[in-house]
Amino acid sequence: MPNPATVSPPTMAAVRASGAVPNAEYLLTVENVRKEFPGVLALDDVSLRLRRGTIHALMGENGAGKSTLMKILAGIYTPDRGEVRLKGVPIRLQSPLDALENGIAMIHQELNLMPFMTVAENIWIRREPLNGFGLVDHRRMRRMTADLFKRLNIGIDPESQVRDLSVANRQMVEIAKAVSYESDVLIMDEPTSALTEREVAHLFEIIRDLRSQGIGIVYITHKMNELFEIADEVSVFRDGRYIGTHKSSDVTREDIIRMMVGREITQMFPKETVLIGETVLSVKNLSLNGIFTDVSFEVRAGEILGIAGLVGSGRSNVAETIFGVTPATGGSIEIRGRPVRIDSPTTAIREGMAFITEDRKETGCLLILDVLENMQIAVLQDRFVRGGFVSEREVSAACETMADKLRVKTPNLYERVENLSGGNQQKVLIGRWLLTKPRILILDEPTRGIDVGAKAEIHRLVSVLAKDGVAVIMISSEMPEVLGMSDRIMVMHEGRVTGFLDHAEADQVKVMELAAR
Amino acid sequence: MTTEHTANQASLAPVQVKTKRRLPSEINILLVLIGIAIVYEILGWMFVGQSFLMNQQRLTIMILQVSVIGIIAVGVTQVIITGGIDLSSGSVVGMTAMIAASFAQSAAWTRAVYPSLTDLPFIVPMLVGLGIGLLAGLINGWLIAYTRIPPFIATLGMMVSARGVSKWYTKGQPVSGLTDDFTFIGTGIWPVVVFLTVAAIFHVALRYTRYGKFTYAIGANVQAARVSGINVERHLIKVYAIAGLLAGLAGIVTAARAQTAQAGMGVMYELDAIAAAVIGGASLAGGVGRITGTVIGTIILGVMTSGFTFLRVDAYYQEIVKGMIIIAAVVVDVYRQKKRKT
Repeated sequence: MPNPATVSPPTMAAVRASGAVPNAEYLLTVENVRKEFPGVLALDDVSLRLRRGTIHALMGENGAGKSTLMKILAGIYTPDRGEVRLKGVPIRLQSPLDALENGIAMIHQELNLMPFMTVAENIWIRREPLNGFGLVDHRRMRRMTADLFKRLNIGIDPESQVRDLSVANRQMVEIAKAVSYESDVLIMDEPTSALTEREVAHLFEIIRDLRSQGIGIVYITHKMNELFEIADEVSVFRDGRYIGTHKSSDVTREDIIRMMVGREITQMFPKETVLIGETVLSVKNLSLNGIFTDVSFEVRAGEILGIAGLVGSGRSNVAETIFGVTPATGGSIEIRGRPVRIDSPTTAIREGMAFITEDRKETGCLLILDVLENMQIAVLQDRFVRGGFVSEREVSAACETMADKLRVKTPNLYERVENLSGGNQQKVLIGRWLLTKPRILILDEPTRGIDVGAKAEIHRLVSVLAKDGVAVIMISSEMPEVLGMSDRIMVMHEGRVTGFLDHAEADQVKVMELAAR
Repeated sequence: MTTEHTANQASLAPVQVKTKRRLPSEINILLVLIGIAIVYEILGWMFVGQSFLMNQQRLTIMILQVSVIGIIAVGVTQVIITGGIDLSSGSVVGMTAMIAASFAQSAAWTRAVYPSLTDLPFIVPMLVGLGIGLLAGLINGWLIAYTRIPPFIATLGMMVSARGVSKWYTKGQPVSGLTDDFTFIGTGIWPVVVFLTVAAIFHVALRYTRYGKFTYAIGANVQAARVSGINVERHLIKVYAIAGLLAGLAGIVTAARAQTAQAGMGVMYELDAIAAAVIGGASLAGGVGRITGTVIGTIILGVMTSGFTFLRVDAYYQEIVKGMIIIAAVVVDVYRQKKRKT
């Protein structure tokens, strides 16, 4: 934990302490902010203005740059260029603590509370009231918490342990904590994603209450109806760029969708006409408790089925369940008309499936091992092994051929995978699965975070595989990719399938309408 | 940033993939071993007036002393490669020494544990010892794979219980009067032969078999390993079972070498074995480690102890310095890893 005295911009802290805050029209302004990560331009010349006592919604597709902007405001990232002004005074935040002390509080999607401590201890951590002996004055802390909760109309026992609270109540605690810092700006990242309807109503009451106290709230959401229910203003982002801001009473659902998806569709994906064969995979009423329900679809040989939907719609969970990572709690799976029970990846692989996961680093690459070891690991389940011994020469030859074919750029097969670029790591993973000669290929975000050239190569490769009769399921947040590559698109929203679109009829607006109802 | 840099360099390289092995990382640790030996050699001439290395008897004793540690370390290295840890191996040595020895007593000995089971052929205590070790390892592996308790805790429990078994077994009495048939494995150069044979077998297993490939994959990224179709649970049980089996073997050798078994045998051996693996380049984060490195690490431990004795360093100082050298070896390795990345 950095020392607050050294990182906090002293001028602003002093201004705040004096109470003589410059009377600017906007609580918070972001001007021409740019943020670049290796290989990705996350924010390009982005601006945002938050008025006092308003709820300002931020909307945009996955990867539009909302989260990056919020992390800049919360002091987690520093911008490469541009300016953030709090009540007219330029600030440069160095840490989350710094942001908090300047009156900007962020409530993360994944809540940051300490589960084995009480509610009161969580709220006043680092600022515990002390008694004459320098020990924590628990009685006073409890009273302070009770006062705070009364003010916010929250009915939680300050002495209860955080781990015993529901997600909704934890969120209330986070909000109370933010308010306890006398924050002027509150940033909420999809706060309702895990709440029931009644809890949402209570949350909205509290948010409106905070608004009436003059607090400015930045509210990130994917849900169109929330936007019209609670937001005063809405800003839309797309591909790291700021598109525009409107009063929410001035715009319609369709306007927002149009702003989110843009109009131009690039012709990057020359769709090959492939003879589509018999049904290979048929999924009926597949369910996973609490995550998704009644998912049914078929994929045929040579077909590319795209799955679209916003983050949290359950797309990836469906893929994980089909592949046996999280076995289903309901429904059935048939492969070539034969019912199969898939309870682990091992059985899925035996049934001819391959799965390129969403998170290359977490569930894909063996980062500290070399290219060869990464490529051979799945195929060793049933090939290139005699009496337990790996036929090193054969498997290296196969991997080398595959690496050449996929044009993996690496000095040699003994290079650690962590030293390769994202695109080449992805190619290594694709190679890992192609060696198993799959008949069903599941790709989850196959081109996330990789450069344009490698993207095109991967697209070409997937088309070739489909041509060879592989049934492909492709999950993607990139609209042009889904629209360009898929023969059919299945759209999901909150754990349910909301519709299917054919290649010919699908466009961005139709997909978005199904994805964000 | 840095990875990007390398990636850019890689993209300039021809697409044609070449097949060329890197220099094995054991070279570094071998240099450390040679360095330590040379220092002792020089100090030897300066202060003791004789050569440290040119003394075959000293070298033999030195390797004999660490061969039991080495046998355990071969198993512990595999556990460490999966990202786990085995704290129970020293206690398992004590337990198997006691139990195996009780089946290896001669009829001439009047206070045998099983008076009716004396003068048994060598194979009986051998199989009993290996079986006990294997069982301890299987329990460790099962606990870790299926109850999901951390390896540290599972093997800590085994460490305490196995030591308890070895004390309870004869109510603290040593088990003596072992047959020559049994003690043979502890005589002469045999412990070293056992150590190097075991090391060779598992060096091959880790490098050239599917078992080895899966072991590294689990340590490098357990989730990716699972998605790649590896039955992680079953594999972990195998690895811990092998570690237990080797600890059992070490117990047999210990009892045979001492010609008696005592409940206190093998105390702290687990830590020496872990130290040997880590000095040899194994990473406690998993995915990294080699048997060749562990063998060199074991010999380094031996050279250190032997050298201190040779230089007549006070036994108290020996432990203090040994601890510091272990830490220094790992610090150097961590630093080297970081440098390679940047």
